[in-house]
Amino acid sequence: MKIIVGYKRVVDYNVRIQVKPDGTGVVTDGVKLSANPFDDIALEEALRLREKGVAEEVVVVGIGPADLTAHLRNGLAMGANRAIHVVTTDAVQPLTAARIFQKLIEKEQPGLVILGKQAIDDDANQTGQMLAALWDRPQATFASKVEITDGKATVTREVDAGLEVIEAELPAVITTDLRLNEPRFIKLPDIMKAKSKPIDTIEFGSLGVEANDHLKTTHYAAPAKRSKGVMVKDAAELVAALKQKGLL
Amino acid sequence: MSKILVIAEHLDGKLNSSTARAVSAAAAIKPEAIDVLVLADNVSAIAADAAMIESVSRVLTIARAENAHPLAAVLAPQIAKAAAGYSHVFAPSTTFGKDVLPRVAALLGVAQVSDVMSVEGAHTFKRPIYAGNAIITVEADANSTVVATIRTASWAAAASGANSAPVEALNIDVALPSHSRFVELQSGKSDRPDLQSASKVVSGGRGVGSKENFEIIFKFADKIGAAVGASRAAVDAGYVPSDLQVGQTGKIIAPELYMAIGISGAIQHLTGIKDAGTIVAINKDGEAPIFEIADIGLVGDLFKIIPELEQAL
Repeated sequence: MKIIVGYKRVVDYNVRIQVKPDGTGVVTDGVKLSANPFDDIALEEALRLREKGVAEEVVVVGIGPADLTAHLRNGLAMGANRAIHVVTTDAVQPLTAARIFQKLIEKEQPGLVILGKQAIDDDANQTGQMLAALWDRPQATFASKVEITDGKATVTREVDAGLEVIEAELPAVITTDLRLNEPRFIKLPDIMKAKSKPIDTIEFGSLGVEANDHLKTTHYAAPAKRSKGVMVKDAAELVAALKQKGLL
Repeated sequence: MSKILVIAEHLDGKLNSSTARAVSAAAAIKPEAIDVLVLADNVSAIAADAAMIESVSRVLTIARAENAHPLAAVLAPQIAKAAAGYSHVFAPSTTFGKDVLPRVAALLGVAQVSDVMSVEGAHTFKRPIYAGNAIITVEADANSTVVATIRTASWAAAASGANSAPVEALNIDVALPSHSRFVELQSGKSDRPDLQSASKVVSGGRGVGSKENFEIIFKFADKIGAAVGASRAAVDAGYVPSDLQVGQTGKIIAPELYMAIGISGAIQHLTGIKDAGTIVAINKDGEAPIFEIADIGLVGDLFKIIPELEQAL
């Protein structure tokens, strides 16, 4: 079976982002970009399934401008067999991303699609679910454990009430939670090897996907700051302060 | 005029308080009607709870055996059908709402607004991005259905008790897939208040040191009637189960009192508690970032301070 993995490039999770003073966006010039952490987990899981013999091929998919190629090479260095680069300079909303994946699925016929549960830039948490709907296949979101046997995936999901186990017939869409695995590090020889792995380049316009712009972002603002707090010197003072506020 | 359909979240035959929070966001639009949709195998008790929520116009129910457990692939086609005639479809931004609602949006061919913090107009909303480090204003297309999840920490639950909305069974003719099956739910059942709706929360972090040591946090929480939470570090270290995790990738909460004990305050964690009323930090490192947002801070050893707190109560 073939596994398709979504591999988004985002502002590195260690960067404390700044909102532009005029409210038109966040500062991204010169800011470090990395793989979305949940996508690294998705790729790691796909590679482990290949190592177990469940899958033969792992394909990473990225959507973005021409220089996204370097990012996709990281996915190849981590171990993906090949990459697909859908080229567009426009920001792509989740529904459009799901429609792009749907087109690629028609062509690639994967047995499994693994995406991160959310991207840490837009925090939308939608693409995997939307893709499963368009494809009319099962979804297993927020996965913390995946087992594939006899054409079905048994997935443990992290839900508010605890851990939920569901069974999904393949093909299916799985989205990854943090606890699914610990992604491997890229080794230098793998970076060299990745240079000869294929990257298919597809122009967004050639896919016949309608870009979705139902949502327009009209303003960016920094979050409201909390006012400066006070320090107390011991437990008794803390209890007194909380009692005074009526909290204890 | 707006007509809003709110999808009810429930567990074990009881309505979850997140539903009443989504109703509050719906009411902020001042719509013509707010209807609550209950999908379950046994709907009556849940529907009765929903009918009491203030400003709910009607409670619609779809009782089917397939709806016994919240499988997105099963619920979404029913919700998409039921959405006809509504201007908005809302669900709480819990793991339930996050799982099912984007599937509904895709079936309707529309975008989704995730984690609505505030309503600026019938089609204009504020939501957080970059782990809450920026707040954006988004405008949804006025010609299509608005599908949105409601950030529960930003909205108080609508009052309940005075209303008695009519309950109507909805007959929806839609074929449901059999490709997804519920197996089991392993819940960390406890008698403590629910983390997401508790007015007081006591959280422990890596500084607590071990699973055994976490007992001191549980004991103190019980003493003041608080729910227990944890940082990602404490969950990853195996001190407590992951359903206690507070933060961007765990639960986002807004209790009146939040006590962070032995938690340094990574951005990821702070995102989950920014809307808390009063934040108390107890940490032996006076330079820990948690003190930057704490209303009251106390530097010291938690194993010494907690017993002292219990004494002083």
